[in-house]
Amino acid sequence: MLRFVVRRLLQLIPVLFVIVTLTFFMVRFVPGGPFTAEKAVSPEILKNLNAHYGLDQPLWRQYLSYLGHLVQGDFGPSFKFTNRTVNEIIAAKLPVSLELGGLALGVALVVGLPLGILAAARRNTWLDYLCTATGLIGICVPTFVLGPILALVFGIYLRWFNVSGWEYADDRVLPSLTLGFVYAAYLMRLTRGGLLEVLNLDFIRTARAKGASEVRIIFRHALQGGLAPVVSFLGPAIAGILTGSFIIETIFQIPGLGREFVTSATNRDYTLVVGLVVLYATLIVVMNLVVDVVQVWLNPKLRFE
Amino acid sequence: MTAASPPISSAPPVATEAGHSLWSDAWHRLRGNRLAVFGGGVLLLLTVLCVVGPWFSHYTYNEQELSNAFAPPGSAHWLGTDQHGRDLLVRILYGGRISLGVGLCATLVALSIGVVYGAISGYAGNKTDALMMRFVDILYALPFTIFVILLMVFLGRNIVLLFVAIGAVEWLTMARIVRGQVQSLKKMEFIEAARALGYSPRRIIFRHLLPNLLGPVIVYATLTIPSVMLLEAFLGFLGLGVQPPMSSWGTLIKDGADKMEEYWWLLVFPGSLFSLTLLSLNFLGDGLRDALDVRAAKD
Repeated sequence: MLRFVVRRLLQLIPVLFVIVTLTFFMVRFVPGGPFTAEKAVSPEILKNLNAHYGLDQPLWRQYLSYLGHLVQGDFGPSFKFTNRTVNEIIAAKLPVSLELGGLALGVALVVGLPLGILAAARRNTWLDYLCTATGLIGICVPTFVLGPILALVFGIYLRWFNVSGWEYADDRVLPSLTLGFVYAAYLMRLTRGGLLEVLNLDFIRTARAKGASEVRIIFRHALQGGLAPVVSFLGPAIAGILTGSFIIETIFQIPGLGREFVTSATNRDYTLVVGLVVLYATLIVVMNLVVDVVQVWLNPKLRFE
Repeated sequence: MTAASPPISSAPPVATEAGHSLWSDAWHRLRGNRLAVFGGGVLLLLTVLCVVGPWFSHYTYNEQELSNAFAPPGSAHWLGTDQHGRDLLVRILYGGRISLGVGLCATLVALSIGVVYGAISGYAGNKTDALMMRFVDILYALPFTIFVILLMVFLGRNIVLLFVAIGAVEWLTMARIVRGQVQSLKKMEFIEAARALGYSPRRIIFRHLLPNLLGPVIVYATLTIPSVMLLEAFLGFLGLGVQPPMSSWGTLIKDGADKMEEYWWLLVFPGSLFSLTLLSLNFLGDGLRDALDVRAAKD
């Protein structure tokens, strides 16, 4: 197992290398630069700016020097936020997104898993239909509809929470509910589907024949196998949820990292784009590794492969 | 082929029993699924309304009537008007053309890339397969928002390029599904037979393998359309989708969300129509999955 993990971690290096290279050159080939948006910069200033950031160097030299810094964990200076490095921007904004994402993940797990189990255990009853319908609503009502509606009802009509902001503990409620609800819906569907598949298997029938209670059958026998699709979904989902959501952060005015994913690209902030891509990709690859490890733990059959 | 095939035509016809092909069976099962029929019906109705509807209205999507801005739903404007006094119903129908059109076309783009890529990878096997799938893994690890935005900026804001950009990021899962199917199919005897007859890999992939993949591909395509439409709406939300005065459901929802405090109808109508469409697509996709008995596409 340890060898497997180490080997997979080593594979991370070439993957990240390809990703960095791909992104680095892709951003550069998009027309416009980080300084084109600023109003009427005189050619001399533009030249100085380019020289200051090394943009006047040939591309391959910029690439090599970027790689050199990256290896030391230095993402370089941001082109758009003067005097701030990409490391500083990530350090300032990632914690906000981590907190929001963590809370939303909590909502998703606390709501989605039990409802999915309940729906599977009471298959084809009104409880199942209720859970399934709720899950469908969660998938079909996008966050940019759900968020404003929640803000309208609980923020403006009922005045329970602020409509936007990230200062008080209360401010966490609406954004994490909005973000968590979508994931809860997916988790519910996957849990239900995974459980139902396992509940049809022979060993469950054996357990039933031996007189095991329904609770014991589900929690002791079925859940371990039934969670496989949930785990596969959760891996990449966690990476996405923790790096922030542009829509949620825009609707509720939250200073998180999700918005940078969009603005860095529109601003052509070269270093910030590559930095964010590297951060996200690392997280995805690591989470996929965690998924594989958990899958093996859940399903001992995989240990032989 | 002609020389080897048995003389089917000379066999006595079994007239009493009409054949049940896989497709007629599936069609029968699908019709028995009430939710899927509902979903298909709603989609058909919406498509017809969006395509035909605007012709029967004397309003257009860009005709402004500033004296009548923010009119609530009433007899003149059934769903009210927006900040420029434009008829919301007509704008929603026009937006539907774009949203449904993008959903369909971008899915076709994703489908073509994913199916061909997955089939080649799965059929080739060995090193080629490993390399091609490694590439998919890498693309999976990229944050797609950044790439769609860069693609949109790079390609320019044009509707045709919008679905090329969306299709270019949505084909990955399709490729994986198709590859998995091909891997199990290619060990079957009819493929061995085709190979023994000396057919080229290209012919085997396109004539023998792909027709057998239609089930999972159709099912997954139906489930890709909602995520493509969500992505289009997301781009509209960013202001990177279609440009005013044109509208898509995404841009309408965005405008509605900005003004919902006073003018609820601007958010509620496009939002519910969008959700209804996604719901119908999900019903239809689930129904197709059960009807065609596809396991691979299950989440």
